[in-house]
Amino acid sequence: MSESPGETSGEVKPCFSPAALREVETIYARYPAEYRRSALLPILHLAQREFGGWLSREALAYVAELTGIPPVRVNEVATFYTMYNLRPVGRYHVQVCTNISCWLCGSDAVVKALQERLQLGWGETSVDGRFTLSEVECLGACVNAPAVQINDDYHEDLTPDKVAEIIDRLP
Amino acid sequence: MTETPGERVVYRNVDRQDGHLLAVAREHGAYEAARKALAMSREAVIDEVKKSNLRGRGGAGFPAGMKWSFIPKDTKRPHYLICNADEGEPGTCKDREILRRDPHLLIEGMIIAAYAVQAERGYIYIRGEFYRETERLQQAVDDAIAAGILGDNVLESGHRFHLAVHRGAGAYVCGEETGLIESLEGKKGQPRLKPPFPANVGLYDCPTVINNVETLAAVPAILAKGGEWYAGLGVPKSNGTKVFSVSGHVVRPGNYEVPLGIPLKKLIEEYAGGVRGGWDNLKGVIPGGSSTPVLRAEVCATIAMDYESLAKAGTMLGAGSVIVMDKSVCIVRAIARLSRFYRHESCGQCTPCREGTGWLAQIMNRLEAGHGAVGDVELLKNICDNISGKTICALGDAAAMPVAGAIRAFPEEFDYHIKHGRCMVG
Repeated sequence: MSESPGETSGEVKPCFSPAALREVETIYARYPAEYRRSALLPILHLAQREFGGWLSREALAYVAELTGIPPVRVNEVATFYTMYNLRPVGRYHVQVCTNISCWLCGSDAVVKALQERLQLGWGETSVDGRFTLSEVECLGACVNAPAVQINDDYHEDLTPDKVAEIIDRLP
Repeated sequence: MTETPGERVVYRNVDRQDGHLLAVAREHGAYEAARKALAMSREAVIDEVKKSNLRGRGGAGFPAGMKWSFIPKDTKRPHYLICNADEGEPGTCKDREILRRDPHLLIEGMIIAAYAVQAERGYIYIRGEFYRETERLQQAVDDAIAAGILGDNVLESGHRFHLAVHRGAGAYVCGEETGLIESLEGKKGQPRLKPPFPANVGLYDCPTVINNVETLAAVPAILAKGGEWYAGLGVPKSNGTKVFSVSGHVVRPGNYEVPLGIPLKKLIEEYAGGVRGGWDNLKGVIPGGSSTPVLRAEVCATIAMDYESLAKAGTMLGAGSVIVMDKSVCIVRAIARLSRFYRHESCGQCTPCREGTGWLAQIMNRLEAGHGAVGDVELLKNICDNISGKTICALGDAAAMPVAGAIRAFPEEFDYHIKHGRCMVG
């Protein structure tokens, strides 16, 4: 949890779409008016989705401006939680659980199959920008181990063959 | 999911097709217990939960009714109710089933709890990785609002309860109640010093009750059938049922709801299909989730799964996450993996935890890699002693307990690693 705030995107200043701005208002409505800072985590999730799956320095600065929260506070939150990507990730973020239940049920073989298939090591992104491969801590799917998360979806009870098939089926 | 004989309390509907839909949930009795509770006095609701002796199912095991009664009655500050759905302890995945298959049971439990503690606003803090579960839950909340089950006039009772879903972003420490509150306030999830306890100074510095998903999901049945009925399940002091997540080297890993006090051997053999390769192939069991000390096979043969029996054996029931390891497992490697987890998840606030978890992981890795030195076991014990009880939250203890427990239960494995530079199991 010690990653420094994100890279710069090198693009024009980020800005939410009108739909995302409406979503911000829906998020704010969940909290008492005087405690709107509670909306920071959901807004960072939204920003990550809006800005291509990661939070650049400019994106964090935009969230700070939008919410009125000091940039240093936004940065410390973005760097504390593992789900905020501070570097670009592939179109498919493949996150493999290797914690105890997954390990006992064969995650080593699943990891090997994925690394061979994708030709990637931990934290690497494929040259075509399609895949990023990450090792993660417990996904909370222990009775259906081994488990892998690809973007928003869990894939469970995996074998090396099954996981290769899932990768091959991705559009 | 395997069919569970006996009484189910929180998993009644998890196998039901479309049980997450409001209409289906209502067909099977959803919100009837809430209706009954809202017609009772608040004190009577709390008394019923006290009678049930329902203990918190998130790991701490604190009596839920007593927790509710700590909320001050003479304050003008708003009260809050939070459901802790930040399920993240390795081995634990019981709440996820309720969240995705029976969300209305949880909402009903929260309506009852909110009424009892006079909370007009509540949050379900769900772990961020559970994206699809969040969608399900949000849909259930939206449907309940549209049906007048949540909102300004809950079930036409005149009581108000607004419930919102709040998604975390990947931090195990946010499962600790004050870390969760900080996170819900839009900050780093670093736990607070206690006292003051959340019952007095919680969310937005207001009185707050925080309960686990499984705890809240047990409340509707308690109100429907009575506290005494629930207390009659299980064993003295460990009443009711418990969902055990049985993972690892068993034939049928799964979540099984059974009465507390069930023999561990019965849980593994009859429910989870037995140890891979037969009972004699069992090496050990982590009985309550990654933070709880491991038990040797000999102990597993006779131990009962309740708070007191496990405490007597030097371990804990925790969240009921039973991790089964057969004889192919190197205990040093297993514990090294867990130490890596705690190093990763330490929030860095307290020096004993921040430095100690890193140190433990480093030494465990060194031992596992065959580079252990004489004195490493003593060093590990010393580090464990210097973390335990010396940090703001229990994450430090959670990191130390599996290491200290494994050294106690399997000293020969550590010695072998140091002497031979490799595992006993090849």
